[in-house]
Amino acid sequence: MKYVDEFRDPRAVRELAQAINRIALPRVRLMEVCGTHTMSIARYGLRELIAERAELISGPGCPVCVTPQGDIDWFLAAARLPGVIAATFGDMMRVPGSDSSLEQERARGAEVRVVYSPADAVELARRNPERQVIFFGIGFETTAPAVAMSVLEAKGDSLANYSAFCAHKLIPPALAALVAAPDLAVNGFILPGHVSAIIGSRPYEFLAREHGVPCVVAGFEPVDVLQAVRMLLLQIAQGRAAVEIAYNRAVAPEGNPKARAVVSQVFEVADARWRGLGDIPASGLAVNAQHASFDARRRFDLTVSPAVEPRGCRCGEVLRGAIHPEQCALFGRRCTPREPVGPCMVSSEGACAARYRYRAAPAGGEA
Amino acid sequence: MCLAIPMRVIAIDGPRAVVEQAGARRTINIGLMDEVKEDDYVLVHAGYAIARVDEEEARRTLDLIEQLAQATDSAGGET
Amino acid sequence: MTRDAGPARDEREPRGALEGRQGRATRDVILLSHGAGGQLMSELIDDIFVRGFDNPILRAREDSGVIDVAGRKLALTTDSFVVAPVVFPGGDIGKLAACGTVNDLAAVGAQPVALAASFILEEGLDQSLLRRCVESLRAAADEASVPVITGDTKVVPKGSADKLFITTSGLGLAPQNTTISASAARRGDVVLINGGIAEHGMAVLCAREGIDLQLDIGSDCAPLNRLVAALLDAGCDVHSLRDPTRGGVAAALNEIAQQSQVCIELREEALPIAPAVNTACELLGLDPLQVANEGKMLVLLPEEQAEAALAAMRCAPYGGGAVMIGRVLDGPAGRVQLKTRVGPARIVDRPVGEPMPRIC
Repeated sequence: MKYVDEFRDPRAVRELAQAINRIALPRVRLMEVCGTHTMSIARYGLRELIAERAELISGPGCPVCVTPQGDIDWFLAAARLPGVIAATFGDMMRVPGSDSSLEQERARGAEVRVVYSPADAVELARRNPERQVIFFGIGFETTAPAVAMSVLEAKGDSLANYSAFCAHKLIPPALAALVAAPDLAVNGFILPGHVSAIIGSRPYEFLAREHGVPCVVAGFEPVDVLQAVRMLLLQIAQGRAAVEIAYNRAVAPEGNPKARAVVSQVFEVADARWRGLGDIPASGLAVNAQHASFDARRRFDLTVSPAVEPRGCRCGEVLRGAIHPEQCALFGRRCTPREPVGPCMVSSEGACAARYRYRAAPAGGEA
Repeated sequence: MCLAIPMRVIAIDGPRAVVEQAGARRTINIGLMDEVKEDDYVLVHAGYAIARVDEEEARRTLDLIEQLAQATDSAGGET
Repeated sequence: MTRDAGPARDEREPRGALEGRQGRATRDVILLSHGAGGQLMSELIDDIFVRGFDNPILRAREDSGVIDVAGRKLALTTDSFVVAPVVFPGGDIGKLAACGTVNDLAAVGAQPVALAASFILEEGLDQSLLRRCVESLRAAADEASVPVITGDTKVVPKGSADKLFITTSGLGLAPQNTTISASAARRGDVVLINGGIAEHGMAVLCAREGIDLQLDIGSDCAPLNRLVAALLDAGCDVHSLRDPTRGGVAAALNEIAQQSQVCIELREEALPIAPAVNTACELLGLDPLQVANEGKMLVLLPEEQAEAALAAMRCAPYGGGAVMIGRVLDGPAGRVQLKTRVGPARIVDRPVGEPMPRIC
């Protein structure tokens, strides 16, 4: 695959790992805030390659993990409504709400459809005019533009049976909350490459300017991640703090203005609750008044009981980077991908699931 | 949280484009992009193009690493 | 609408003392994931079927049951085919029904001698579609040189079946003097496969409404009895065979590693995968090791015989792409690991349930 294989080249990875290990510094803590980074680091065993120089920790970058229980319960209740087709990205199918999951609701008779694109959900609405299609809009700034476009498409076709449940969240406010926390010990941020393709690098500048934390916008292949780690270590070694872009082939400092304009057309910034982080002002999106007729929250009158967090679940601390998955007593014992307790284990890019699934094979020797 | 892969634009029809990568092909929406030309590589996320992949920058990134490898051969250590 | 009232003041135990959130509910109803060839399905089979029917042959958990009848080893297998869509790039449910059963027989080294085919037809099914699938089944069975000697037909009301379900049973002659078994893999064995992985699963998934990805390659659905015959005729001392269907190579090798109590390591760089399939997996966030194959056979045999085995496979139908992808080595029993392209090794688990396209 072009523009992918070159960035997985083993020789390049080796060179970068060696270059990183040559930088003379005490071991630093670097946080990534993107589930796709969590997966990539685990999938390629990057943590082990640079363990001497840096500890890589995961922050609240898994949209499935940070979606509050209440939102999941709302969508499950909506899926149970007669005449509804609940359309969702595959990521949400196995996430447990207070009582159930979309996978289980489907088994019990709800019509739940996994789609690859919100445009497919709009197509479902076109083909099933007598049904109500509700799309579960999760994800950060990378995904919000696509969901906004789907609303505009439905509006353009005057579809009365499509609505979006907007649960999108924004990364920079979460980062602001993280750096404000007294117990956050992080020497640098690996910033999400595809969120940044949309928002650019400027929204992160406060991290370097006001808090003195080095930041690098990174792509997702092993070469990309290691490149970013190296740039962070160089900043730290040189006593600098800046927002740099390593993922230049996809990210411009100004991002994608057109995509942002589409988001502003349909959504507005709103306060949002983040599982594990609590309520963060102006950290999420909601459908604006102009597009109220496509807002599932307004269209469907649903009462959802208060959500209950499972006992012993430490997803919140994992999401803040305060503990590693292994430090949770439930990890690998009561909580596994097969029987997950919290969202960090269900979502395949949750820190716990990635750590469990792609756990390093301790050297077992060769025959 | 953002699975997106680079795919090459092989045909454009209004807000839609057919993209291709290594034998896989899909019709996607290019409404989030300012301008897209045939043969451009775009990042495809959830059925939409979200950014163009810049060939120059890709080359530059890979060259930087190549230089690292050569620097290793001739010198050691760095701060 | 009431918004979420806030973080819980009181915490509740997860349902069931030692179960996760979904634990108890998972046990109440059957989920699609129970049919996906992964961990959930494995547990269902153990809990309900193996326990229910309990006998030594069943407990061996091979792809076919091998039974001694008047001094002759016979193999018997059965499989239901419920694929949707019924027609997909590279084949249809009829072709799948013949190949799947022939391959289950081949996986214990047996040559097929007869097939039985049962059809459950949904009211309203287009007869020309039925004819097409029957023709495909016939063609695949002919290719494997096995006749369909008996069958059954039932019609169910509209909505009770998704167009057409087929159950095929196969009878075969198993090797008299060797035991090819999932529990026979040994340290020093190598792992071979006859070609590219994940083709069937991705062809079917990409053809589904809402995914709409066109691949330049279709399902790999094919009968592999001749391939296995070539291996055995070449005198190879094959220890284990398995066709990695639902759950993919990951599920199949985990089963072998578990039943043989060995550790298996794959090399990422050695895994054959068609470019289009690779792209599709990357785009949808799927692991090709966990995606179904319908024309592939995993072969485990002593390393000294690898060359001969590969040569035999490469001359046989559907064996042209045969390569070595891993080995059985010292390590924790029951583990399967992957040496990544960039260096470190990581664990390869069976999938939990159905592989689901992701955006994250």
